[in-house]
Amino acid sequence: MRLALIPLIVFLALVAFLAVGLKRDPHEIPSPLIDRPAPTFVLETVGAEGPRFSPEQMKGQVWLLNVWATWCLPCQQEHPMLMQFAQQGLAPVVGMNYKEIQTDQDEAGQTLAASTRLSMARTKTAAWLKKHGNPYAVTVLDVDGRVGMDYGVYGVPESYVIDKTGLIRYKVVGVLTPEILTETVRPLIEKLQHEPLPKSEAS
Amino acid sequence: MKMGRTFLRPWGGSWCAVVWLALALTCACPVQAKEAIPLGDEPWVEARMVHISEELRCLVCQNETLASSRADLAKDLRDEVRGLIRQGKTDAEIKAYLVARYGDFVLYRPEVKPTTWALWWGPAALLGLGLGLAWLALRARRAKPTVPPAPMALSDEAQRLVDAVLQDRDGI
Repeated sequence: MRLALIPLIVFLALVAFLAVGLKRDPHEIPSPLIDRPAPTFVLETVGAEGPRFSPEQMKGQVWLLNVWATWCLPCQQEHPMLMQFAQQGLAPVVGMNYKEIQTDQDEAGQTLAASTRLSMARTKTAAWLKKHGNPYAVTVLDVDGRVGMDYGVYGVPESYVIDKTGLIRYKVVGVLTPEILTETVRPLIEKLQHEPLPKSEAS
Repeated sequence: MKMGRTFLRPWGGSWCAVVWLALALTCACPVQAKEAIPLGDEPWVEARMVHISEELRCLVCQNETLASSRADLAKDLRDEVRGLIRQGKTDAEIKAYLVARYGDFVLYRPEVKPTTWALWWGPAALLGLGLGLAWLALRARRAKPTVPPAPMALSDEAQRLVDAVLQDRDGI
């Protein structure tokens, strides 16, 4: 009798595995960077006269790094959520504009200089933010996507919750939905804000 | 010279066609340009890049290798791999570089380590478990003695009837 139950148990286990598998998004690849220091970088910001930005400047506060681009349609879907999040003032959002200029040639087929691409990216990004609203405390320009590579970006949008000591604590692949924000990101940020800074960092 | 020119003249029409065809093909090229991995100036870098990228998964089109994918990110990553090759990095170092950023998922053949044991040995373990269970079940079945069906006990009434019938038959 007990032996006869084994196929049923095996079957139910299989169903459970498949059910979990169905719910999982194959595009969500777990990041190896969770609980690791956020890769450092120095990038130009959208405000041309503004200083360059580096994650070290955010040490001591919990912040959200949002990777986006004006050409990214899901990012536009995400934008109102980010605006709302920024208005609530829970934590600063740093925008990382990822590969804004998708071509490295101009209309005449000439290779664009890095500085030209940077200024093109700056103009396009600034215009977009002016038109749609700017949820970002700072917006940095990752024109060639090299910094994105260090963060393991493989699509936009992506968002990273970074704690006071500069560790990446959570990564959201895809659009920040109201559910993700209220159920995961906000509680996590609130929790992280209560974490004390290590003594050496606090000074 | 003159002969040559006159000789060539009858070809004019078909040369024209060839030129048109060539033009048409060049026009078609930009559409297809993304398919071919542009070969750099250094064939040894390209050869190693392709060799390494064939072992790596493109994160955007997940069933393609980094070598064959046309996704933008794949192109960037191939450039990155080229750069690392030029820096003199070993294959293992280059793979480690990508794993540090994108996780084990980029490897088509994940490393054997505690977190991937289930992946590597799971199927064999399940097969072993199944064979073991089957063997146990078969052995249990074989070990069970085959008991002849116990003689059925008859009620007194039934026994009397049977006796009567048997007596009748004997009497015949």
